[in-house]
Amino acid sequence: MDFAVFLVQCLNAVQYGLLLFLVASGLTLIFGILGVINLAHGSFYMIGAYLAYALAPWVATHLGGGFFTALVIGLVLSVAFGYVLEWGFVSYLYHREHLQQVLMTYGLILVFEELRSILVGDDVHGVPPPAWLAGSIPLGGVMSYPLYRLFISGVCIAVALGLYAVIARTRLGMAIRAGASNREMVQSLGVDIRLLYRIVFASGVALAVFAGMIAAPVSSVYPGMGNQVLIVSFVVVVIGGIGSIRGALLASLLVGFVDTFGNVLMPQIAGMLVYVLMAVILLWRPEGLFRTS
Amino acid sequence: MRTLRSSASVAPLAAALIALAAFPYVGGKFYVDLVLTTMILSIFALSLELLVGNTGLVSFGHAAFFGIGAYATALLTPSANAPSLAWLLPAVLVIAGLAAAAIGALSLRTRGVYFIMVTLAFAQMAYYVFHDTKLAGGSDGMYLYVKPVLAIGGFTLVDLGNSRTFYYATLAALALVFALLATIGRSRFGHALAGIRANEQRMRAVGFSTYSYKLAAFVLGGALAGIAGFLHAVKDGFVNPEILAWHQSGAVLLMLILGGIGSLRGAVLGAFIFVLLKELFQSEVLFGGFARHWQLPLGLTIIACVALMPNGVVAVPAQLRRLRAPVAHAG
Repeated sequence: MDFAVFLVQCLNAVQYGLLLFLVASGLTLIFGILGVINLAHGSFYMIGAYLAYALAPWVATHLGGGFFTALVIGLVLSVAFGYVLEWGFVSYLYHREHLQQVLMTYGLILVFEELRSILVGDDVHGVPPPAWLAGSIPLGGVMSYPLYRLFISGVCIAVALGLYAVIARTRLGMAIRAGASNREMVQSLGVDIRLLYRIVFASGVALAVFAGMIAAPVSSVYPGMGNQVLIVSFVVVVIGGIGSIRGALLASLLVGFVDTFGNVLMPQIAGMLVYVLMAVILLWRPEGLFRTS
Repeated sequence: MRTLRSSASVAPLAAALIALAAFPYVGGKFYVDLVLTTMILSIFALSLELLVGNTGLVSFGHAAFFGIGAYATALLTPSANAPSLAWLLPAVLVIAGLAAAAIGALSLRTRGVYFIMVTLAFAQMAYYVFHDTKLAGGSDGMYLYVKPVLAIGGFTLVDLGNSRTFYYATLAALALVFALLATIGRSRFGHALAGIRANEQRMRAVGFSTYSYKLAAFVLGGALAGIAGFLHAVKDGFVNPEILAWHQSGAVLLMLILGGIGSLRGAVLGAFIFVLLKELFQSEVLFGGFARHWQLPLGLTIIACVALMPNGVVAVPAQLRRLRAPVAHAG
């Protein structure tokens, strides 16, 4: 493997890892703070990708806007969707056992997948990237790298920094961190825990939908795309330690590198490498890399 | 844990056994096949009930042992001559049990949600072993061309190629697994497992080596799931990696929760309800073109079931009794 190829693979690994981080960070927040095992989280990613596909022509004809207008509309819709879903469904799960949460959110997956099938069908669709990001930049003579993938990495880094700023530097973030370690205490100190939960859940949904939307131009849009992401995101959450954003970031990059280089170096066993990584890490540290307790 | 079992609670079991035994004489071929599938899934669900209900170990990778049992059957079956049940079934049991011993020994180092995820990780590894390598036909799967038989001195006692014989063999396997688990539930071993579920720390404090008890349960559960896999492979004459996929592990957990965790009959009921619901919503006679979208009503039904019957179908009578005679809270 020469240096240019190595560099391209590194960029791919970072891009994939950061995208996973967007999905996994929402999952780890919902898991760590709300205490809900949300199997439907992959569906939000799928919904995002289909939104990007479905919104593009509508936005072009009615608003005259492009990819970014669609992105903004999708974000607003996803926050509203997450808010309503928490109010109407998820808020009833907090006092249920983990197994019942698993079952009910499994039911949600089936509902979302079928609604998707009824509304947009079961075909695979491509989504074009915005025109000014469609090119690629030359890399070491013969190689080149698509601009849009760099854009994904850049956006994900911006989101990660934003997330860090909110959680580490704002009052809301303080309440979230406190809620993660002791929910009764936060409640008795006068924080409206129900509103806090609603915000956390809506943000988690928005992060996953956003990830799906910006991933659509590289991954294309297909049925069942949510399930694959769901399982890998759970792997990331567990490797990182449940509830830890920092852990999720490190774990998603690890998974990104292991998966990308596994596919290049050992395609025969690439599929299982991520799970081998998870098993090894959990045997070494049974509660993940960064356990927030 | 019940130690006394009245004849009233055995009666429904006997009735169910008789109904299942009589079914091939009254039901159509399609329905007999459906019941056969359900009985195999019931054995699978029972094997997980030992872990989840009895021991409190929520494994999200139980399909691995079902799949390993099925693949072992397919790989050990010769291409021409019918293999003998006398060595094939024990071999499958041992292979599934050994796989469970290896995976269990490592997974049981973790607990809670992490245990759920580690078992999932190992099941996914097993899935990719069969999916990505040439070991057994890769993602295309492989066929079994002959069905196992049990013959003594040239006289064939059991031929699983005969569909009627296979039906009763499966029923016998289901009854035996049920009886085995019921016996375990009332044995010293079963009580120790129940103690581990209730309070592992205390069990260790009174001198139980809880790790070995949990491992023993895990191995037994894996071997029994291997039997279900064996029956599945013989029934379909075909195995592919999808039988190890994570949604299979999810589906079997679903059956347990639908039926009611902590009860053997709940596991069997859950398997029947799951298969029947799936068949019902897939029926084009009832739903016409909408049958294509059977997952939507199934999903909604699952959500409604869990919302209304948090302890599963087996707990419904008790739930109704409580509704009919509301007991005023003291004070």
